[in-house]
Amino acid sequence: MFSRGFSGRRRSADVEKRLPPGQYLTTDFPVLSAGPTPHIALEQWSFTLEGLVKSPVTWSWDDFLKLPSQTFTVDISCVTKWTKLDTKWHGVSVDRLLEGVEVDPAGRYVMAFSEAGYTTNIPLAELVNGQAFVAYQFDDKPLAPEHGGPARLVVPHLYFWKSAKWIRGLRILERDEPGFWEALGYNMHGDPWKEERYTGD
Amino acid sequence: MIAQPVLEWQFGQVTGITTETPRTKSFRLALPKWIPHRPGQHYDVRLTAPDGYRAERSYSAASEPERIGELELTVELIDDGEVSPYMHDVLVRGDQLEVRGPIGGYFVWDVTLGGPLLLVGGGSGVVPLMAMLRHRAAQRAQIPTRLLYSSRSPDEVIYRAELDALANSDTGLEVDFTFTRSVSPGWMGYRRRIDSSMLNEVVRPLGKDVRAYVCGPTSLVESVANALVAMGLPAERVLTERFGPTGT
Repeated sequence: MFSRGFSGRRRSADVEKRLPPGQYLTTDFPVLSAGPTPHIALEQWSFTLEGLVKSPVTWSWDDFLKLPSQTFTVDISCVTKWTKLDTKWHGVSVDRLLEGVEVDPAGRYVMAFSEAGYTTNIPLAELVNGQAFVAYQFDDKPLAPEHGGPARLVVPHLYFWKSAKWIRGLRILERDEPGFWEALGYNMHGDPWKEERYTGD
Repeated sequence: MIAQPVLEWQFGQVTGITTETPRTKSFRLALPKWIPHRPGQHYDVRLTAPDGYRAERSYSAASEPERIGELELTVELIDDGEVSPYMHDVLVRGDQLEVRGPIGGYFVWDVTLGGPLLLVGGGSGVVPLMAMLRHRAAQRAQIPTRLLYSSRSPDEVIYRAELDALANSDTGLEVDFTFTRSVSPGWMGYRRRIDSSMLNEVVRPLGKDVRAYVCGPTSLVESVANALVAMGLPAERVLTERFGPTGT
């Protein structure tokens, strides 16, 4: 059944093919957060890899900035239906971070954890091989607090709630566990191209 | 972890459309597979063109869960939008509208969560807060509650008559309006953007254990949430829902 009198607002074919199903194009950068924006002093900030690793590692802000970094230009899709194309970030790939630890072969899942208690789960295999990074710049400027600054995880191939704002580390797990939104009805995986928005999609 | 139901798409029949303000309308839908929502939750709306092209948007439920079988959505017209112009200009009573929900388990309040309750809304951000107030009224709850509602002008206030009636009939509820662009002649109330001193005046009578729900444009939500935390409210008792771009 179609919607009487609805034809839709089409974009150019170039844009349409980059929009996952049910998504619309935005040129703004909407802010979605469940609570107040934390404002984090850089001298208090650290990033930790822990869980199923031989020995956990923690970087201070200054140490983190010394890690080899690169610029990423990616399309991002939020479960609230907007997609933003060609967003430009600068940060450190998860591959680079994992070079600092020895991951137990049993470790197959990751819980990203943030300031203020936010968590989200991602399979480890979907964070490696250039698929994800920890960004501290957006559009050549320091990442604003409301967008997750000083640093956020970016996993562009999954809905953007997986790209944890105010990231403080990654915990390597043996089994998949729901994070914050996943326990509240959102999908455990979150692939926009499969429209994995909610539980059971 | 609470087991979450799998959400199915369903067609609801439009049983009524109310013009709330020049830019907002409420749509009442009879849902064949209605389930009770928690006030604050939203539904997804999906439109399908004859060739299969689809557009989806999320809208907060405005109705209270006591209204069995019916869902009310209040939708603001977005000028360059795709779904809201269809709902405002094409959809009529008797049409079928495809929806699924309810969605979102965090920005929710019901009487079991108690209070005191602070609701802060900007523009159409009042919609999920209205679901909370309607639920509170349907439950005849006496939980001390204040709504602080910011609009550009009096003609943009959604649910004005109903809010006035609720506030007049209920000693536990106070509603404060503020207008940022224009006011009615003789208006004695707030006429500025929500700021710390306004929040202080509204929150003080509720005490320190308040639960706050803030919904509106990003700039309003950011400043209100920051101010509430600065006033000493624990961040985990300040729940937010934002829409719109940053800084505008």
